[in-house]
Amino acid sequence: MSLRRPAKDQPDSFEFNASSLEAANSIVAKYPEGKQHSAVMALLYIAQRQNNNWIPLAAMKYIAKFLDMPYIKVYEVATFYTMYNLSPVGKYFVQVCTTTPCMIRGANQLVEACKEKISENECELSNDKSCSWMEVECLGACVNAPMMQINDDYYEDLDKQKALDILEKILNGETPKPGSYRGRVNNEPENNRKTLTDLKNA
Amino acid sequence: MLKDQDRIFQNLYNDKGSDVSSSQERGDWVNTKEITDKGRDWIINEIKESQLRGRGGAGFPTGLKWSFAPKEVGSRPHYLVINGDESEPGTCKDRDILRFEPHKLIEGCLIASYAVQAHICYIYIRGEYFVDGQKLQAAIDEAYEKKLLGKNAAGTGWDLDIYIHYGAGAYICGEETALLESIEGKKGQPRLKPPFPALIGLYGCPTIINNVETIAVVPTILRRGGKWFASLGREKNTGTKIFCISGNVNTPCNVEEEMNIPLKELIEVHAGGVIGGWDNLQAVIPGGSSMPLIPKEKCETLTMDFDSLMAEKSGLGTAGIVVINKDQDIIKCMARIARFYKHESCGQCTPCREGSGWMWRMLERMAKGDATKDEVDMLGDVTNQIAGHTICAFGEGSSWPVQGLLRHFKKEIEKRNNLDPIVQKKNNIPYLVDQHLLDKKNA
Repeated sequence: MSLRRPAKDQPDSFEFNASSLEAANSIVAKYPEGKQHSAVMALLYIAQRQNNNWIPLAAMKYIAKFLDMPYIKVYEVATFYTMYNLSPVGKYFVQVCTTTPCMIRGANQLVEACKEKISENECELSNDKSCSWMEVECLGACVNAPMMQINDDYYEDLDKQKALDILEKILNGETPKPGSYRGRVNNEPENNRKTLTDLKNA
Repeated sequence: MLKDQDRIFQNLYNDKGSDVSSSQERGDWVNTKEITDKGRDWIINEIKESQLRGRGGAGFPTGLKWSFAPKEVGSRPHYLVINGDESEPGTCKDRDILRFEPHKLIEGCLIASYAVQAHICYIYIRGEYFVDGQKLQAAIDEAYEKKLLGKNAAGTGWDLDIYIHYGAGAYICGEETALLESIEGKKGQPRLKPPFPALIGLYGCPTIINNVETIAVVPTILRRGGKWFASLGREKNTGTKIFCISGNVNTPCNVEEEMNIPLKELIEVHAGGVIGGWDNLQAVIPGGSSMPLIPKEKCETLTMDFDSLMAEKSGLGTAGIVVINKDQDIIKCMARIARFYKHESCGQCTPCREGSGWMWRMLERMAKGDATKDEVDMLGDVTNQIAGHTICAFGEGSSWPVQGLLRHFKKEIEKRNNLDPIVQKKNNIPYLVDQHLLDKKNA
């Protein structure tokens, strides 16, 4: 199990803004009547997006009222799932996969790059407070290892220099192009394709 | 090698685009009504005849699973749930289906929903695949627009709504009952079985849960016939499978191949060989991290299907092949996998919650050479006390890789950890020495 604690400094109140409210209502409608508790995970995501990538306790209380469920149930869900950030992580949240398939292809180089560019320790904000990084478990892009995720996007087939370049761009407020950084097309074998060859670049 | 026309996922590398019209060119949505008109029993029988086994890891026969759904819909509605919580290290096949072949999945959902009499289908996608989930959502929206979903979907007379539910980074939600808990808005902790989800599942209603790949191959099987699918591979291990080859190979890739293909062919032909040559191979994890590794000697002749890997005391799992060459420290690799399981244990059963941490810490010390001789056996003992003593299969999944390491690389561990605290004063570890021996030394 992973140990997760809410941040010490918490805002006093939280409320969905108009667009979040609309999104929340459309999500509740996906589930059968009386089963609105199912929407709790999606609503926590909405709160996280609205609140700069992290979920304050006030948001959990708000969601509990919104879905008419006990606060502790929302708290349980928010602390169980690791993608809900319980403390500020910065506008750009970098996650480096270091599980075995990435590890044996050099994920530690990406960790070094993050240490150089963002902060010495993981889960620590960079000097300008815009960015933080952490090691995470398998992100499910093993044939594109090593890779990292920045907010929603995957950056694949990296090495230290490429990671440094990407982080540099991010710290300058740019959004680098997601995908493979060795120029290969999706998950095909690089320059070694033996299957579906008549379709290639069709 | 499998012929190109026998490959189900023609758009695996996104050569052609994933929208409805290009999917129709590949044969999706062409005669869905004709398939459903043949009736539920025909569909289930055809799937049974194809001997399709679930692609999510356990390899349960799909036709059999569908036949467990109640024949008549009672007071409780039926649900179909698609498991796209792909989190097993080494596996990334479902992601490509979600982004490049979404209509195979959506059409499969319609046919499967019809077969098990469900009007609502939830697709559970891991939260990290948000971008790929958006692509699937776009495909679902397009399907609604073209009347392929919704009321009288694709003219079949069957009503179906599909919703996506995102996970949030919990590996355990790939376990089917934990997945249901998660959709219900709870912590993803597995339920006791029985009752099985086919009778009491989502919201207490009959629920059929299938992997993304399993459902996505269904329309093609029904179009080309169960016999065609069964003619590929071998008895009880039929059809094609997407293999993900990662790790120390020259061209890591996803590739669809026939079941029972030799491992060496997959690595040498598709993945461009092991880095440093075949002789530099150390071990292979054949089916995602929870399957025991296989040393090089056995990789020469090994074929990739459920039963032949079972005979090697491993398993096909999700067919995520991780190749480890001799430049890597095998104990460290396994210690990292143990750390993964320690991180992902849901904490419900004590043997798994505590044991996964023990295994990780012991392996870390073994990788450094700090462990004692006794601890090698102790580690084996711990794995046996976890496997089979937990509610779900996570206990097995976390202890099998460690058992695989002990089975094939015990000598390596013993060579590195040759400590015997009783005779070696240099490495005096007080808590491991009997008190009376200390007394003797002091006397």
